[in-house]
Amino acid sequence: MSAARFAKSALEALGDVADGATVMIGGFGPAGQPTDLVEALLEQGASGLVVVSNNAGNGDDPLARLIQRGRVAKMVCSFPRQVDSWHFDAAYRSGQVELELVPQGNLAERIRAAGAGIGAFYTPTGFGTPLAEGKEHRRISGVDQVLEYPIHADVALVRADRADGVGNLVYRKTARNFGPIMVTAARRAVVQVREVVPTGALDPEAVVTPGIYVDAVVEIAGSARGATGATEEPA
Amino acid sequence: MTATDTSGPHTSGRRAPLTKAEIAARVAADIPAGSYVNLGIGLPTLVADHLATGRGITLHTENGMLGMGPSPEPDDVDPDLVNAGKIPVTELPGASYFHQADSFAMMRGGHIDVCVLGAFQVSTSGDLANWSTGAPDAVPAVGGAMDLAIGARRTVVMMTLLTKDSRPKLVERCTLPLTGVGCVSRIYTELAVIDVGIDGARVVELFGTTHGELEDMLGLKLGRTR
Repeated sequence: MSAARFAKSALEALGDVADGATVMIGGFGPAGQPTDLVEALLEQGASGLVVVSNNAGNGDDPLARLIQRGRVAKMVCSFPRQVDSWHFDAAYRSGQVELELVPQGNLAERIRAAGAGIGAFYTPTGFGTPLAEGKEHRRISGVDQVLEYPIHADVALVRADRADGVGNLVYRKTARNFGPIMVTAARRAVVQVREVVPTGALDPEAVVTPGIYVDAVVEIAGSARGATGATEEPA
Repeated sequence: MTATDTSGPHTSGRRAPLTKAEIAARVAADIPAGSYVNLGIGLPTLVADHLATGRGITLHTENGMLGMGPSPEPDDVDPDLVNAGKIPVTELPGASYFHQADSFAMMRGGHIDVCVLGAFQVSTSGDLANWSTGAPDAVPAVGGAMDLAIGARRTVVMMTLLTKDSRPKLVERCTLPLTGVGCVSRIYTELAVIDVGIDGARVVELFGTTHGELEDMLGLKLGRTR
């Protein structure tokens, strides 16, 4: 990938997203959600999207509104149902959005596999359950295992804490979650950070995501700690 | 996996069923010092209150942390620091953070010693159903349940023995959608601790009931642990 580009706005960082694109969105509930980038996606206008994200929006957060506005054709996620996932719930029940429900560890490993160039892998997770129906399986080392394929994306939207001048990233606490693997699995990785620091200011031993994976960065002041304002409970 | 209890079978002096806190304490008593433990959402979270500090037990939360501490004071809530139920938590000295693929590799790779899960149904052979009530209009959600169930070195269940409308949750064969096959080794309930698996269901300990009463209640033949 080419060197990370530093954008002045979330919309500029997002760039072109085509109709029908597969978009990975980081976050585990509100923790680590790149809300400014998803807002930019709302504004940008792409539709018919396949969204890969652990959850399917909380309350009226940007991902929930993307679903509400009919811009998402399919969700690939592990836990769409939340106390305040009313926009997804309505869209799912009306048949407006398709759902591929994936166990969380398989979701993570399928994303990791895509980024690592793995063709497919066998895992015991899900064997014998409805979520493995129709999938190839084999008994390996005495354990029944299911064949799972990688999940690639056109673009990944991720929130990190800090980036340096070459796009190296560090995250903050459990907001790290899907960020480091999603940036590896997409053709374009777009990251919003709380702070951009000079190259050399991040300890190379502490870098979590090497800049090679990062295509665009936008600094959104205060976008790490508590900036989403979103909570698990309905407002 | 064989049971290595400190409490012998059927020897409990208890005349009454356990409270939820007492079930949690009973689960905690079986967790060896030094274990890495994942507590599922719901009832199992109560177990944390009974893991004495000093036993070197480390809590894993699958959204990407080892060394999880208790809930923070309201002023110290950090939206970037939550557990798998998206509830604010704290970090203990020695805590570490990692991404989702590492977190589940830790689980699936057999590095987590004990996982305590809730359940809708458990079969006598150790099958688990805990992610779907099977209601046709429900929005499905699975989260990490399937990975947790089969990944830990030992998976146990903490649950009430009966549903709210008094149907047994320990069954010959699960009727609800499965989470995992043959993955549960022991269940902890208000009336009994019961081992499950290829040898069928075997009572480990009773609380305020008898072996015969339990068999009648569940409609199952139950063995006894040695």
